[in-house]
Amino acid sequence: MSLLQNNFPTFLQGFGYTLLSSIIALIISMILGTFFAILQILPQKWAQKIGNVYVQVFRNIPLLIITFFFFLVVAKVIPMNGFAAGTIALSLYTSAFIAETVRAGILSVDNGQMEGARANGLSFGQSMRYIILPQAFKIALPSLGNQFINLVKNSSILAFVGGLDLMYQGNMVAATTFDTFTTYIVVAIFYLVITLPLSYYMQNLERRLKHAA
Amino acid sequence: MSMIEFNNVEKYYGKFHALKNINLKIDKGETVVLIGPSGSGKSTLIRTINGLEEIQEGNLLVNGFDLHDPKTDINRIRKNVGMVFQHFNLYNNKSTLENVMLAPRLVLKRSEEENKATAMALLDKVGLADKAANMPSELSGGQKQRAAIARSLAMKPKALLFDEPTSALDPEMVGDVLDVMRDIAKDSSMTMLVVTHEMSFAKAVADRVIFMADGEILEDSTTEEFFNNPKEPRAQQFLSQVDHK
Repeated sequence: MSLLQNNFPTFLQGFGYTLLSSIIALIISMILGTFFAILQILPQKWAQKIGNVYVQVFRNIPLLIITFFFFLVVAKVIPMNGFAAGTIALSLYTSAFIAETVRAGILSVDNGQMEGARANGLSFGQSMRYIILPQAFKIALPSLGNQFINLVKNSSILAFVGGLDLMYQGNMVAATTFDTFTTYIVVAIFYLVITLPLSYYMQNLERRLKHAA
Repeated sequence: MSMIEFNNVEKYYGKFHALKNINLKIDKGETVVLIGPSGSGKSTLIRTINGLEEIQEGNLLVNGFDLHDPKTDINRIRKNVGMVFQHFNLYNNKSTLENVMLAPRLVLKRSEEENKATAMALLDKVGLADKAANMPSELSGGQKQRAAIARSLAMKPKALLFDEPTSALDPEMVGDVLDVMRDIAKDSSMTMLVVTHEMSFAKAVADRVIFMADGEILEDSTTEEFFNNPKEPRAQQFLSQVDHK
């Protein structure tokens, strides 16, 4: 208890950076993921190719290597700190998984929905936005929830590049107090403070949307 | 001037020759029924008219625009040509009223007030005013199809295409849908092309009957002539197989 009391500002700072990194990465990865999901289902072969290459690259390389790439290589050209490098890597890595999840969602929407919309006069973009994507996201919601929770936990790679997050601050506290066990229990609890309400919210959303239609 | 005009149209699915040298003119305000055995290309033909299927050769003029010309904006044609599907294809994520209001709002930029009034009037016309707030999943098959018809009519199209509109319905639902279609056919400015197996509907409503088999138009004659005196042996055989009393 005294460990938590003595280091509370440190933990709180880490918690804040973890939360901030997670929120930024969630927004960016949703936008990129949806974009690359749509690229992959366009009739144009070149678009499918680009979408597929993107997904394969970021899905099949360890997150840590992507993070080091941004921190050690990209940062030489575009200066950035560990927090930025880690958050960008996390966004790209997660977006590849979200792209696959959203793509699967789009494909499971009956083809008649798109035909109905196009025949009704809507453009491809309007059909996607108003008809296909809302249904696709609803189908994809359980797996999206998984991705979001993974994202929060994966944000711990920020610790490797001095990203000031929860894991990083935990390492600092452990190194100064030598009480590794208690420290990481506290760190784990702070992660749960984010992930448990998130899973609860996603389950709730799933239930609500199920009843909505 | 004709509303829909096929000139030497050819359509292939890979090597399969789905439409063979189609020549067909449908005038403004005409009601034409397209019949034939399954796999004869009826649905394919009707789906080429609003670009859901591409043609490979020939030209296809709809409201004066050539669908085979890459410069033609397909959305402009679809604005004027409505389509009713066998499986309704209502927007599952929208209420009945929203299904009817969405395209006029997005495509025609109709004012919200006018849009709602038009949509409610149409739902009333097809007998669904009390279902306006319901989701498609809460409607019966016949109600879904009538809602889909209202959705097409809301765009105030010049032509309506019906692709086996009653084939997926329970028998007791068919009558209501056909009644709505009969009503539409009475409007002399509406061009209607209907793929159907409902011979009584064809007899009562159609100005002309087109008979297709194996991707070809075998017979194109007035309704009376077709049912009383079919020329083609394939058509005679088809009529003897379907009940058309």
